[in-house]
Amino acid sequence: MKRALWTLAVLLSHWRRHPMQLATLLIGLISATALWSGVQALNQQARISYDRAAATFGGTRTAMLVASSGVTFPQKLFVDLRRAGWPVSPVLEGRIQIEGRSLRLMGIEPVTLPAEVGNAPTIGKASLQSFMTPPGEMLVAPETLADLKLAEGARPEASGTLLPPLRIQPNLVPGVLVVDIGIAQSLLKMPDQLSRLLIGKAAGKRAPLENVTGDKLRLVEPDAETDLERLTNSFHLNLTAFGLLSFFVGLFIVNSAIGLAFEQRLPVLRTLRACGVSARMLNVVLVLELVTLALAAGLIGLVCGYFIAGALLPDVAASLRGLYGAQIPGQLTLKPQWWFAGIAISILGALAAAATSLTKALRLPLLATAQPFAWQQAQRRWLTYQSALALAAFAGAGGFLWFGDSLLSGFAVLAALMLGAALILPMVLEVALSIGQRYAQQPLGVWFWADSRQQLSGLSLALMALLLALAVNVGVSTMVESFSRTFLVWLDGRLAADVYVNAANDDQAHEIKSWLRERPEVEAILPGGRADTQLAGAPIEVLGLPDHATYRDNWPLLQSADNAWTKLRPGNAALVSEQLARRLQLSVGDRIDVPASGGNWTLDVVGIYADYGNPKGQIAVNFAALTRRFPEIPLTRMGLRVAPANIPALISALKEKFGLDDRNVADQATMKAESTRIFNRTFSVTAALNTFTLAVAGIALLTSLLTLANSRLPQLAPLWAIGITRRQLAVIELLKTMSVALITTIFALPLGLLVAWCLLAIVNVKAFGWRLPFHLFPLQLLWLTGVAMAAALAASALPVIRLARMQPASLIRIFANER
Amino acid sequence: MNASGRITRRGFVGGALLAGFGGEALAQGFAGLGESAEGFAPVVPGRTFAFPADHGPHPEFRIEWWYVTANLSDASGNAYGTQWTLFRQAIAPGGPQDGWANQQIWMGHAAVTRADTHRFSQVFARGGVGQAGVEAKPFHAWIDAWEMRGLDPASDENIAPLELKASGADFSYTLRLGALRPLVLQGDGGYSRKSLREQASYYYSQPHYSATGILTIDDKPVDVTGMAWLDREWSSQPLASDQSGWDWLSLHFTTGDKLMLYRMRQTDGQHYGSGKWITPDGKAEQLASGDITMTPLVFTEIEKRKIPTTWRIAVPKMALSIECTPLNARSWMGTSFPYWEGPIRFAGSHTGVGYLEMTGY
Repeated sequence: MKRALWTLAVLLSHWRRHPMQLATLLIGLISATALWSGVQALNQQARISYDRAAATFGGTRTAMLVASSGVTFPQKLFVDLRRAGWPVSPVLEGRIQIEGRSLRLMGIEPVTLPAEVGNAPTIGKASLQSFMTPPGEMLVAPETLADLKLAEGARPEASGTLLPPLRIQPNLVPGVLVVDIGIAQSLLKMPDQLSRLLIGKAAGKRAPLENVTGDKLRLVEPDAETDLERLTNSFHLNLTAFGLLSFFVGLFIVNSAIGLAFEQRLPVLRTLRACGVSARMLNVVLVLELVTLALAAGLIGLVCGYFIAGALLPDVAASLRGLYGAQIPGQLTLKPQWWFAGIAISILGALAAAATSLTKALRLPLLATAQPFAWQQAQRRWLTYQSALALAAFAGAGGFLWFGDSLLSGFAVLAALMLGAALILPMVLEVALSIGQRYAQQPLGVWFWADSRQQLSGLSLALMALLLALAVNVGVSTMVESFSRTFLVWLDGRLAADVYVNAANDDQAHEIKSWLRERPEVEAILPGGRADTQLAGAPIEVLGLPDHATYRDNWPLLQSADNAWTKLRPGNAALVSEQLARRLQLSVGDRIDVPASGGNWTLDVVGIYADYGNPKGQIAVNFAALTRRFPEIPLTRMGLRVAPANIPALISALKEKFGLDDRNVADQATMKAESTRIFNRTFSVTAALNTFTLAVAGIALLTSLLTLANSRLPQLAPLWAIGITRRQLAVIELLKTMSVALITTIFALPLGLLVAWCLLAIVNVKAFGWRLPFHLFPLQLLWLTGVAMAAALAASALPVIRLARMQPASLIRIFANER
Repeated sequence: MNASGRITRRGFVGGALLAGFGGEALAQGFAGLGESAEGFAPVVPGRTFAFPADHGPHPEFRIEWWYVTANLSDASGNAYGTQWTLFRQAIAPGGPQDGWANQQIWMGHAAVTRADTHRFSQVFARGGVGQAGVEAKPFHAWIDAWEMRGLDPASDENIAPLELKASGADFSYTLRLGALRPLVLQGDGGYSRKSLREQASYYYSQPHYSATGILTIDDKPVDVTGMAWLDREWSSQPLASDQSGWDWLSLHFTTGDKLMLYRMRQTDGQHYGSGKWITPDGKAEQLASGDITMTPLVFTEIEKRKIPTTWRIAVPKMALSIECTPLNARSWMGTSFPYWEGPIRFAGSHTGVGYLEMTGY
């Protein structure tokens, strides 16, 4: 034991003499742990929210009965089923508008609500009696209350009806209002109607469903995976992929730091062995030292990860809300598992990164002093071996591309592609440097290339990190830019009206319309409406488009039948959003049955349109037909065609006359700005992680160069001895680093474009349901190349300056040194 | 006076109607027996009972129940017990509203007991939509798939014959109850005074049922016959604050006599007893607190509570001295307000079977 402690003390003394190295090692471990656990914290936070949503009064976690045809069904079926022994509880769902915001209204029946259905017990605490007896209570999440700028106990109005007082329910999903079923029926003007029946788990005799309700109801089995989970999978995979990438890049740093330390401690290790410390003991102590360092770094990394997650959370939340309608609270809550997992990954990562060094220490020959000058042969073997692996990885990527048909296989293509590229990088560099060497004229030139080649094995890990970081950067920024360009063009077509108005209720909408008709500057009033229903088990939106040139001329269609807009007019045809078309494999000419208030509505698909950023499937039908089929929908939205010059005056007149504010009336430019703002925010997380990754790659390069700088003195000293000044040597070293970095960067560009293509053509299609056109952005590529070179310059600056200022004595000592 | 235990007994259970999903705040807020009865109809002496109307609900009163217990046996002589209970509670006073706005909450408890097992189930429903309710003519009380239904030829005075159905996850039963004697008004013509607080209830019983039917435990049906007892009670009165619980018995003597008695346990240590002896010819004898001695003999530990499951009961006035033993000492109703309720048998000066209910342990 004492011996072990002494050995540990001897080993630790190394760090006191090389604090910079210790810092590098810790930075590597900290950044690896921080990025990884930060991303995990974000994912975990989101999952908790999805679970919360799924558990809300029979989200997808509960088995339920829904109408076989139509949106609602008579309440009598509920009573019939209860009387037949079915442990069912009724739910009525609809939308109401408060302060110009459309919110989901859920009516529940707390007395029969199965105990296992999510937040039921907490609802109970909010005093059941006041919840059920008029005026009742309207439960609302604190976030929603804040959004509405209302206080608890306030009674807002919806369509002229006074709503029950608002009561905060912390566990509730934001954007949902929960009231008693009876109150919901009267607010939604659907007396004796229900949307679904939640089936409790209580066992017992129950009559077969058909005997009780005939074919009026349909059983929907509970889903282990929630809709939100399915929708947001891509987003989280994306985050995880970034986290993993940063983690590996961080481990590159650790690897090189440990490699350097090992290299420098070789004499000490040998001495220790010679003093009688067994190889086993030495290894145990080395592992102990590493685990202690990893533990400390892991803890710091976790704290950093927490802050990273906290900093990114608002953007992640905004992205998830914008892309999928998922509501994530802005407060980070972490489970204990997260801390343990973070520490564990730090230790495992450190051990993995140190594996080579540790094996070497275990096999350390007691008296060996000879340096492996047969490096070239060894390197050739290593290159061949790695290139073979790279080819296998490429083959894997091809296989996933060809046979895979899921989001995961999309990511597998990406992973295999990147792995292959990283593995083949040394070979690419080797070939490029050999070509350079062949064309070199002067001896120094030949040496320049040959020595660069010799450095490859030492630098390759760091260069791989640089390659991956760059490729991902190129790929992601190309995707984001492509998306951005497509999105803006699409938005122009989609937001074709000049002014958008949302009245507080139908009556006000009516008044506004009659007032607008008197205004000469209003060229057209385009009423809008939206209904919610379900198609193939998933919620969809039905959008009503008035028959007007504004839509015919501007609405962007990806595919369409001849005279699609004319076919829409009678009300038996629909345009389908790209996402929905892909999910249900619909094409122009197909037919769909959409549940509507009065029964199923059969529609011909006459066109497919892009609907970027909408988590739900959507169909667009003729507005008049929509109001016939869904008579209960609010008709408060309208678009106006107005000459640009008259817009500001009209908006202020509208605001003044009808007491509307910015939330209820907006011009096209404002709407576009708002959409673009949301869009940009969506990708800010990606951008932040991109930057992190690139920074970590830069650090990896720096540490590798530092490591190499020391071990390469024996190569440089003879050059200095034959008359090349230290300054010249430094310049040569700098050029060498820059040239390998440049080759790596050039190799990273096509790889990045390939990544972008994968993201656009595979991952996006699977994740979001839309395919975007591929655009090339040369300026951006140029800029990234510049960034990479700057990173390489920054990384090589320190070792190069050190070399330039090195004491000649240090160089002379090389010749005296036994090594 | 005689019914003070009854009203409290049922009232307490009824009062906990929604405690199961409401938690404490709810129980205080609207189980409501600790609150004043303001807005609800008062219980006053001299009421004239009218049947079948009084078999139906009295929504102007706060609480009400339909309560049937049966002592049964199969062809081999194995004993069984069943319980069927429907509680009604108004969460707010005022005339009954239609649909979901209705102020009535209904709760059902059902159980079957065998020497080696006790199964129970609990259900809740809101009034106004048809999930639960009681109709006087033809008589029909129901909650979900459980029901108590009057059959032809109906006798309003006997409240018979009846069909009784209930089921839980692992049991079910269907019984047919017949009675050849009329129901019995408890207390003073159905007005049951509570001695200490001038609280009262309207209360009548039908102790004379014969029962036949099928009960199923774990999908194994058995034919059973025996005797059953119905209690009907309604009131608006709150629970006495100094009562911690009660021990209540309904007894069927082999002679055809019936006895209902109970002991209110008060926090001051003063136990208050009461009872009513009903002879086969329908005569009733009121028993006062001093007439009754109830002594626990054996305790059974259930859910960390010590429950007295064997009793010595003495009513010297009626020359009664018996020892009551449970069919199943673990007849525990683990419902939202848990209590012990199960079949018993007794021997001594008299023999027979009955039901025992104990709360507040």
